[in-house]
Amino acid sequence: MAAEDLPSEFDVVILGTGLAESVVAAAFSRVGQRVLHVDRRSYYAGDWASFTFNGLLSWIQEQHVSTSLLEEGEELICLSNSDSGSIRNVQVFCFTRWITDCFVTQASQTQGEEPEADRSQSEPAKKKINYAQLVKEGRRFNIDLVSKLMYSRGSLVDLLIKSNVSRYAEFKNITRILTYRHGNVEQVPCSRADVFASRQLSVVEKRKLMRFLTSCMEETEEQRAYKGRPYLEFLSDQQLGDNLQHFLLHSIAMVTEDTPTEEGLASTRHFLHCLGRYGNTPFLFPVYGLGEIPQCFCRMCAVFGGIYCLRHSVSCLLVDKESNRCKAVIDSRGQRISCSHFVVEECYVPANQKKVATPSRFVSRAVLITDSSVLHSDSEQQVSLVTVPPIAAGCPAVRMVELCPSTMTCMPGTYLVHLTCQSVGSAYEDLSPVVTRMFRTPESHDRENCPSVLWCLYFNMADGSGVEVEGHDLPSNVYVFSGPDGGLSHERAVRQAESIFNKVLPDEDFCPPAPNPEDIIYDGDTAASTGGEDEKQEKEGAGGEEKNEEGEAGEEEKKEEGRAGEEEQKEGAGEEIHEKEGAGDLAE
Amino acid sequence: MLKIKSTAQQEEEKRKEREKKLKVYVAARDACFSKRKEGIMDDEALQLTQQLLSSNPDFATLWNYRREILMHMETVKDEDQVQKIYETELSFLESCLKVNPKSYGSWHQRGWVSARLPRPDWARELSLCDRCLSLDDRNFHCWDYRRMVVKMSGVPVDQELGFTDRLIGSNFSNYSSWHYRSTLLPLLHPESPEPPSPSREPPRSSPPPSPPTQSHRVCEEQLLKEYELVQNAFFTDPNDQSAWFYYRWLLGRAEREEMISCVYVSREVERVAVACSRPVNAQSVGLLLVLDGQPQRVEWRSVHPQLKHSPVWICDLPPGTISDVVNEHNLTVHWTEKHTHRDCALYTGRSESWCRDSATDQELFRSELSVEKTSVLQSELQSCNQLQELEPLNKWCLLTIILLMRALDPLGYEKETLAHFRTLKEVDSMRSAYYSDLCSRFMIENTILKMEYAEVRVFSISDKNLTTLCHLDQLLLVTHINVSCNQLQQLPPHFAMLQCLEVLEADNNSIEDLEGLHHLPKLEEVLLKNNKISTLADLQPLASCPKLKRLDLRGNPVAGTANLEVELAQLLPSVMHLLL
Repeated sequence: MAAEDLPSEFDVVILGTGLAESVVAAAFSRVGQRVLHVDRRSYYAGDWASFTFNGLLSWIQEQHVSTSLLEEGEELICLSNSDSGSIRNVQVFCFTRWITDCFVTQASQTQGEEPEADRSQSEPAKKKINYAQLVKEGRRFNIDLVSKLMYSRGSLVDLLIKSNVSRYAEFKNITRILTYRHGNVEQVPCSRADVFASRQLSVVEKRKLMRFLTSCMEETEEQRAYKGRPYLEFLSDQQLGDNLQHFLLHSIAMVTEDTPTEEGLASTRHFLHCLGRYGNTPFLFPVYGLGEIPQCFCRMCAVFGGIYCLRHSVSCLLVDKESNRCKAVIDSRGQRISCSHFVVEECYVPANQKKVATPSRFVSRAVLITDSSVLHSDSEQQVSLVTVPPIAAGCPAVRMVELCPSTMTCMPGTYLVHLTCQSVGSAYEDLSPVVTRMFRTPESHDRENCPSVLWCLYFNMADGSGVEVEGHDLPSNVYVFSGPDGGLSHERAVRQAESIFNKVLPDEDFCPPAPNPEDIIYDGDTAASTGGEDEKQEKEGAGGEEKNEEGEAGEEEKKEEGRAGEEEQKEGAGEEIHEKEGAGDLAE
Repeated sequence: MLKIKSTAQQEEEKRKEREKKLKVYVAARDACFSKRKEGIMDDEALQLTQQLLSSNPDFATLWNYRREILMHMETVKDEDQVQKIYETELSFLESCLKVNPKSYGSWHQRGWVSARLPRPDWARELSLCDRCLSLDDRNFHCWDYRRMVVKMSGVPVDQELGFTDRLIGSNFSNYSSWHYRSTLLPLLHPESPEPPSPSREPPRSSPPPSPPTQSHRVCEEQLLKEYELVQNAFFTDPNDQSAWFYYRWLLGRAEREEMISCVYVSREVERVAVACSRPVNAQSVGLLLVLDGQPQRVEWRSVHPQLKHSPVWICDLPPGTISDVVNEHNLTVHWTEKHTHRDCALYTGRSESWCRDSATDQELFRSELSVEKTSVLQSELQSCNQLQELEPLNKWCLLTIILLMRALDPLGYEKETLAHFRTLKEVDSMRSAYYSDLCSRFMIENTILKMEYAEVRVFSISDKNLTTLCHLDQLLLVTHINVSCNQLQQLPPHFAMLQCLEVLEADNNSIEDLEGLHHLPKLEEVLLKNNKISTLADLQPLASCPKLKRLDLRGNPVAGTANLEVELAQLLPSVMHLLL
């Protein structure tokens, strides 16, 4: 961190580096706004972050510490920084993480040694990974705090493509959709190729499923008749068998049994609409974890002159009483920085200024490191989404994402499994029943063929969707972003970012494509010195060096020598490739 | 704040860049051409062509030049150096294929290089193809090249079958893969060796020889697996035609035996007519007539000058050879090429005689779908009916059902078949004429079957919506044909195969053209009421029929022609009864 003072004037100051904040930072910076983007933490992305194994261990420790110091810390910082009337306790709220329950089971550490000998006899090929190895190879892990996937035609993918931010990251397809049914993990046939290859469906079921999937893309009179009635009822009236109903309801629409038909159909359509763009499933996952995405947007912001400071916060806001606008902020080093707009992550906002809506909702999360996949297949490098319907009445539906080492989120020989559900009780209460059923843990004994859990973590996180973004008792030019929600998509964060950007700069384009590096004019060294030092450790080739046009030379000659008959075919094949190109590395 | 070039600036820069590139390109091209003219084969020439081809891989002249240079280098360098040069060429080609994966020039060059490489690395080539096909599984250039690689490197057939499994698994709308499968299966799972039917040629003394001559049949067990696979495809997507085509191949694998199906001899006309099981050219396949042990020098003619290939051939015997009724004659016609023949005896007192294939004609028409076990066909029909219940308007399914029904019991299923044809014409109106023709063919086949059972020489198929006539070679012996009340527009040249025809009833059609009434030696009566014969010239072919006595032309446009009767009397002097 540079010791010198920051510039004292910005257009926008943004506190918090979560996804929505990072997107809006990139958007402002891209259209020429001067952006200061700070985060109290020592890492990017806040609750959206990904950690190495060791990083996660420190994070866990931090939660314990912060919860124990919560009361004192709050008072202390509040007193020291309370020279602003409108915003107080900013850092305090950052410390009061919503992680209320953090339960760590280190299964393999204590039990790994002795039984190893017995096990190695029964499965000689498999060598158990012990805790020391996890720590030693900890850098190979990228463990996300939130578990989401990118819908291939969702707003995040569209934004990545539109803004050229996609060039900063690589993506992998989710290779299969699985579901837990009658105590077994089954593959959900969702694409045409899956349906064709499925061994569990009869040919008649295949036809019925395909016909339903095709027909539900258009709205019909029949569908309208089911408005307000459960989707499940609609499905069973379509003469679809139990297994097809299960697939459609839980894995494709991903809704509950009492979701109304129109909602169920809408999410079914969204799922189907996303199929085939980048592969056989509707989802993409960023290599190195979801924490990459906010960082990519931060990078874009920095490329366009945004200034970054980690371990740096804003302690208070200076509010002009007459206009009720925030004129400036005082940062954690006591510097006054004037700004026209202030964007803040919800957790920084003091409680007395929040419009607390409903009792806060939570998401229950579990992170497992396991030794094998929940469903074996020819390829070990499968990335799977597993839907687990409520295992008993009153239990939440659980969503599980199993990542393989090729996603660069776990060490070879392991799988990283994320479980997510809406909290009913604590994360442990909500998720451990699913874990004991589907995995082999010290608590589950008859699961010889299930993957063993090497390490696991449970925690609850505030559900951002339960947080009001508007209506807080705050100056009019202060905008609040909620933290991550429990849903599978990134819609909410991207939508929030876009709507706030449009509110502030209604006439500007939201994240227009970044220019190609060769179109940027570098005049002297003025630009380099301002941004350079505070920027996060820039990865190489900031501007991206992909070239789209190759072999342009002699296009005239090409036409002359080319064969006319080929034209049509070229075009046919080109479309797909073009789309892939558009997304940079999205297609791997 | 970042400064970005304006669009005009960018355009200008791009334009300049292009200009520069073009200049370089043209200069290099000219240099190449002059070098080639001078016959220079050096590294610099390789470099220059590489530079040009990497930006435009479809420049065939340059590839030729490159090959000349490489061939020259082969003569002056040792093997290791040659290997190295060609390996460099391969990696250059890979970069060309990245620019344009469908460049004829690059793929051809790659095939050429791979074939000349002293120590080829086929595994690498195969993986290149796989990568290429994973990007575009229908790149036919790559398919071609891959076939060559597989052939050269001797990839085991089962491995290749696995390869098609993979491609079909990822996208079954890929006819290349299905087709490839159909070539692999007979090699991997040939039909069990026992002879399928006693009437066939005796099995050859040698065991099943090399692939090309081997039968295209697949053993029963594997076939059942294939039925299952392909059913998965068409139940998943019944509109995908590649799977249906493959299914047709699976079902229709019978090869019709080649033989002389009929020999007919007429004492009166002193003529022999021969029908073969498929259209042939009599001269080139060596049709040979032996009369009473003496090979005859006869001139084989097809029944109509337009037909160069025809199943029916005729020849006139020298006058007086067989005209005496008291003599008995034995004829043999040889199809030398196929080592097959047919005998026919003309007994004393008989004016004509014939000998025809005794096998039921049922078999003849089933060659569309195989002589597969009935039980299998029956269960396939059930599956298709099941699909049809779910997709009542799917044309592929309907058509397949029709074919299966025909294979199983053409007469028994006639009613259903007709109903399905009606649906087909509605749902696929663009091809309704095709369906009408197909339906006509099936109706004719059914009528032939009925005629065979009744052992008569009368063929009656009136009021069946016929749009076309076919299988006329089967009607060689027919004396009386009734095709009235159909939708025929012409009597095609093939119609002349009805060499025994005496009476033609063709009232109430839309016939405009009588070309097929060509030199029919016995034709006496032609009924063409209510057709579309419009000019006297259309009646010209009738003049070649010497015995024509009755002609009904009522209700034809031609009937209004002035002086028609006079003209007709001139044109057709033999006609006694003319109805106008």
